Amino acid sequence: MDIIVCIKQVPDTSDVKINPETNTLMREGVPSITNPFDENAIEAALHLKEKVGGNVTVVSMGPPQVESALRDAIALGVDNTVLISDRAFAGADTWATSYTLAKGIETLGKYDLIIFGKQAIDGDTAQVGPGVAEFLNIPVVTYVRKIVEVKDNIITVERMFEDGYEVIDIKLPCAITVLKEINTVRMPSLKGKMKAKTAVIDKLSAQDINADLSLCGLNGSPTQVVKIFTPPPKGKREMLCGEISETVSCLCQKLKDLKAI
Amino acid sequence: MGISVNDNCIGCSLCVRVCPFGAIVIEEEKAIIADNCTLCGSCESVCKFKAITIERNEMTAKDLNEYKGVWVFAEQREGKLQEVSLELLGEGKKLAAELGVELSAVIFGDNVSQAAKELVEYGAQNVYMAENPQLKNFAVESYTDVMSDLIKKFKPEIVLAGATSVGRAFIPRVAIRVKTGLTADCTELAIDEKKRLLLQTRPAFGGNIMATIICPNHRPQMATIRHKVFKKATKDSAHQGKIVSFTPNITSNLVTVKEVVYEMQNKINISEADIIVSGGRGIGKPEGFTLLEQLAKVLNGAIGASRATVDAGWIPAYHQVGQTGKTVCPKLYIACGISGAIQHLAGMQSSDIIIAINKDPGAPIFNVATFGIVGDLYEIIPAMLKELNK
Repeated sequence: MDIIVCIKQVPDTSDVKINPETNTLMREGVPSITNPFDENAIEAALHLKEKVGGNVTVVSMGPPQVESALRDAIALGVDNTVLISDRAFAGADTWATSYTLAKGIETLGKYDLIIFGKQAIDGDTAQVGPGVAEFLNIPVVTYVRKIVEVKDNIITVERMFEDGYEVIDIKLPCAITVLKEINTVRMPSLKGKMKAKTAVIDKLSAQDINADLSLCGLNGSPTQVVKIFTPPPKGKREMLCGEISETVSCLCQKLKDLKAI
Repeated sequence: MGISVNDNCIGCSLCVRVCPFGAIVIEEEKAIIADNCTLCGSCESVCKFKAITIERNEMTAKDLNEYKGVWVFAEQREGKLQEVSLELLGEGKKLAAELGVELSAVIFGDNVSQAAKELVEYGAQNVYMAENPQLKNFAVESYTDVMSDLIKKFKPEIVLAGATSVGRAFIPRVAIRVKTGLTADCTELAIDEKKRLLLQTRPAFGGNIMATIICPNHRPQMATIRHKVFKKATKDSAHQGKIVSFTPNITSNLVTVKEVVYEMQNKINISEADIIVSGGRGIGKPEGFTLLEQLAKVLNGAIGASRATVDAGWIPAYHQVGQTGKTVCPKLYIACGISGAIQHLAGMQSSDIIIAINKDPGAPIFNVATFGIVGDLYEIIPAMLKELNK
């Protein structure tokens, strides 16, 4: 089974803040990590390969420094990695990113299954998985919490929704996006780490994937960010202290006054 | 790359200060754009000398003017309209009034005419109703086919859908097919009246930052919207509207839903709850949720949970609030024994009122709280129950 996993390198979001004086994102010193949900996607692919055999290729679109995320994937045991990188891709929103990844995957050739994390923790859009599937004209199922089995060219998965789950058969080739709870991510082995150091990362440019430049990067992005700002501060916090029954009755009164209960 | 700096630049460094990505430096009194530029356009609009230009492919005004009206995708399960769809009708009505256009709803399913009538009562002037047994269960492919065809035929200028497990799964595919922009999980909408643009505001970077996004040269302007951020439309049984019914052909058979299991029967879905009582590691044991359930029952609220309690197997993942779980926006969020990791805060800090109960006065949850009580939840919650049962 040929499995492709799409990953994104993201800033560790808990550290990203806006500098109040300059109103710019403070990114300096913020470490880059592999998007956590994508680590679950890699794990799902490796697990499937161990069960049914095959080949796992990890693909990412981004600037040259994304190479480090791909080396981390090699350390975990994936077979191939591909970095789709070109200045023409700068400024891509989810539309242009989906197009570029799809062109890259088409260039790689045959695949049975493409796995994505449910969303990236910097943008939280969850749009690229379904987007790539649309460009490749294959079915997609999102929010997969379990891969039940793969048999006769059909993959059976459990898809989670707000108050339950569905058991779904999907004909291969297809795409899925996975939740954190699908698995526990493995640690890289020492052998894997050694391999990652010297491994060759394949690179594809806009020309290599035969991309239409009017559909890449900023040119291919229908949306534009016009403003960024820090969320407005909440009203003042009030700490309630004192004897418990008094504190609680005071709290309940306040909630009643605010018509919250 | 589509950005260039011309000779008008005097190196004033205004652009350096507004660049969100630190991608501009001044060298020899001229702005130099670095590789990490994302072409966001912040510098272009702030430059007083028109020295920075970003090339964009513009759609002609004529093409844009063909698109009219505000659409709301009305999501139903088992024929029941989802709350978020009714909230979107409330907001959609306002947007439509500002633009001077009609508000329409779109509904897919099998035997959903009753729900379609309800949509009229909630303010839709037109309802596009697609019925087919194969639309009974949600599948990305069939929903995408029907929605994209409708958009191409009727050309709305705005399409809104709930940021639910359905909306966030198929609307991205629709946006690709009709070649337009889509903004995910918005918490605020407004109209720029001069340009007739939808200003779509959403949290990014785990809620640390808000971003306002536009879709200037493509139509429709599409957005998925978070639960509970808009007021539900009021029902008026006298309101009149047109229901356009049709039966689409569905050919796709690549995805088969074999079984639908509701694991949360008789429980309130946390996304739609007005009040959430939520437990974290500080409750100490799985039985702690029994106490929280008593409080939730009195308040007619739902039970939420932190990732730690779900990972420990104390409660199913449906209850999980945060970046890994669900994003919620209730009127009242009671955090019991939750320390407030950033990933948890990302999922609940837009709640109207937050009560934090924690033994540790330094817990970050207190930073987002409206009311904070430092103490033992096993003493405070029973006291609350007593007070509320008075």
